[in-house]
Amino acid sequence: MNIVRNRNIFYTVSAALFAGSIIALLSFGLKFGIDFTGGAIMEVEFAVKAGEGMAVPERAVLEEALAASGIDHSVIQPTGDTGVLLRFHDVDEATHQTILHELRMRYVPAEVVEKRFDSIGPTIGSELRRRSMYAVVLVMVLIILYIAWAFRRVSKPVSSWKYGVVAIIALVHDVVIPVGVFAILGKFAGVEVDALFVTAVLTILGFSVHDTIVVFDRIRENLKGVRSDLVFEDIVEKSLQETIGRSINTSLSVLLSLAAVYFFGGVSVKYFSLAMMLGVVIGTYSSIFIASPLVVTWQQFMEKGGQRERKEKGVFYKKNK
Amino acid sequence: MNEGTTKRFLSAGLLFCALLLGMFDAPAYWNRLVDSVSARTAIEDIMMFRLDGAFSRPFRLGLDLVGGTHLVYRADMSRIGSGEYQDAMQALRDVIERRVNLFGVTEPVVQVETSGQEYRLIVELAGIKDVGAAIRLIGETPLLEFKEPAPGVTAEHVYTTLSAGDLATLDQLLATTPLNGKFLSRATLQFDPTTNAPMIGLQFNSDGSALFEALTEKNIGNPLVIYLDGAPISAPRVNEKISGGEAQITGQFTPEEARTLVGRLNSGALPVPISLLSQQTVEASLGRDSLIKSLDAGLYGFLAVIIFMIAWYRLPGLISVVALLMYAALTLAVFKLIPVTLSAAGIAGFILSLGMAVDANILIFERLKEEMLKGKDLEEAMREGFDRAWTSIRDSNISSLISASILYWFGTSIVQGFALTLGLGVIISMFSAITVTRTFLLAAMSKRLARFRTLFLSGFAR
Repeated sequence: MNIVRNRNIFYTVSAALFAGSIIALLSFGLKFGIDFTGGAIMEVEFAVKAGEGMAVPERAVLEEALAASGIDHSVIQPTGDTGVLLRFHDVDEATHQTILHELRMRYVPAEVVEKRFDSIGPTIGSELRRRSMYAVVLVMVLIILYIAWAFRRVSKPVSSWKYGVVAIIALVHDVVIPVGVFAILGKFAGVEVDALFVTAVLTILGFSVHDTIVVFDRIRENLKGVRSDLVFEDIVEKSLQETIGRSINTSLSVLLSLAAVYFFGGVSVKYFSLAMMLGVVIGTYSSIFIASPLVVTWQQFMEKGGQRERKEKGVFYKKNK
Repeated sequence: MNEGTTKRFLSAGLLFCALLLGMFDAPAYWNRLVDSVSARTAIEDIMMFRLDGAFSRPFRLGLDLVGGTHLVYRADMSRIGSGEYQDAMQALRDVIERRVNLFGVTEPVVQVETSGQEYRLIVELAGIKDVGAAIRLIGETPLLEFKEPAPGVTAEHVYTTLSAGDLATLDQLLATTPLNGKFLSRATLQFDPTTNAPMIGLQFNSDGSALFEALTEKNIGNPLVIYLDGAPISAPRVNEKISGGEAQITGQFTPEEARTLVGRLNSGALPVPISLLSQQTVEASLGRDSLIKSLDAGLYGFLAVIIFMIAWYRLPGLISVVALLMYAALTLAVFKLIPVTLSAAGIAGFILSLGMAVDANILIFERLKEEMLKGKDLEEAMREGFDRAWTSIRDSNISSLISASILYWFGTSIVQGFALTLGLGVIISMFSAITVTRTFLLAAMSKRLARFRTLFLSGFAR
């Protein structure tokens, strides 16, 4: 299949995904975890003994325990058969101990084990938000500079900065779509966005360029040994056909390792690896089906402009055979 | 000696190094072997081959894997002169460190961190059982202050306000002095010889003694009010200038209270008040659970990549797997040596780097296949493959390194763990995928093998 010639199909698919992600992002927003918002999460396990008619306490009992500790707004989620996850605003250590005490009082016959407790103050949360923004912007800028540098010697027929711009378009595409997916996951599956998600996004940024660079690199190389009967479009197509196998295979090896983390790793890294998998798939797709065809589109657009200009000026344009 | 033979020797050397690294990574397996040999042969001497000491250095695991607590405190610097922030934080760190050492946890972490204008103290306690008690002991470490009457305030005014219990007014009558718990070198439990009431003896260090001397000289006839944790506990009247840096606090203590107080004062009076900003606590069994899951993920990830490489790239694939094993051995050894704290995210970073480490190999092998299909002979194709793939490998790895270094800078400890393992992985893999694979491939290449071209191709190509 000729990728460059069928580029409009891929542009349409990407435009639809991109628009969908933006809409999801604007209408649902991301569901931020307590890393960003501040707040507390407490995971408690109730040692239920078989045959003793014991069960995890009713929601009302848990709410009562929290209310007795001075917490009136909370979200309670069961985890597994014998655990619950309690979420509320950030509390000091004294309140934390009171909550534990209240829970133990209401669940006397068996043991209450606190598996996890996080309480994050609002200053830490807002600071993380700020730092995340800085980090994303900084990585973007560094990568732009890097691309400009890496392609400094490519000039004909498309100047190096255009590769840079196209790589950035692909980059934005690769980041926005996974973020959009997480907006949807946040809305319908309650998936939260935490510091590790930002990490995943930043790593995706690195990957996205990584793949795009490999394809561009090949275009660069093929341009050097250019055959006179090949127009730019064909050179790009040739480069794509040559690199597609390795692009898919490198992504596949990374995907395999990420899938292992997703399926076998702990809860804390589950959505982290999911975000990365999305990023890797979309990054590979965009470097093949979006970035390189875009360079061709741009080059042809400029060429047409050039022809028109020459015609307007009355210069006779000799067409290539 | 021809090149193939040299490469074969080199390969053997590399494998031997990898074996040594592997022994460093997981000495327990080696020791088990030594034990079983010794048990069977009854030779005692063999036990000296057991790996102990420096060799049995463990991996450093993150709090989320061993259980423990990560505490972030904010230091209130409002009472510290702006030039003394560094010193005050250093003193605070030392005091908290002494305090934390009482819990008997292994390798507690106490770090000063600045964020904008704010000074913070990070405390990490691995494997601690009673986090609540630990927080209480850290947070309630006494803040000792000495206050003198503000200019124009009479001693009687201070005493009447004190006995009326009007602390708000008392606060206005008193001025803070530079003398505080920072200058304390030792506290002792004493008993009044006549009344037998418990007292707390304070011994200041040399700076403190000078301050105390100046303070007493200035305030003869006035009370010095001693505050503990923001509350007045004692207000002795100064009768004369006191040199030598010794003072006593008499208050309404029971002997028991006095004893705890002395203990707390000794383990460190806080030079700067702190408040807990955040805590993240993981119970040990949950941590162990995550550790097992992370190791499982690592194992399956490794297997998946191995199967994929061999199935698709045949002989070179097999060689890249050997290179990958060496990569893993080397990286894990580096993790131990630095040492890198491995959290669940850090292990995920390592697993991810396994997938990325073969990336360079894939580039090379695809190139190799391409050149071979163009009709070049195996040796030439191999050299071309390595040479031409290099720029792509370099360029693409640099972008990953940019991300990793920004992540490290941006990071909270979890994120830093990931960034570090990923970044180290990328750097080490450039060595293993290129140098190691090349050596092995050239070593494996012989006239006889070269006849089986199919072995060096990949995918569906024949």
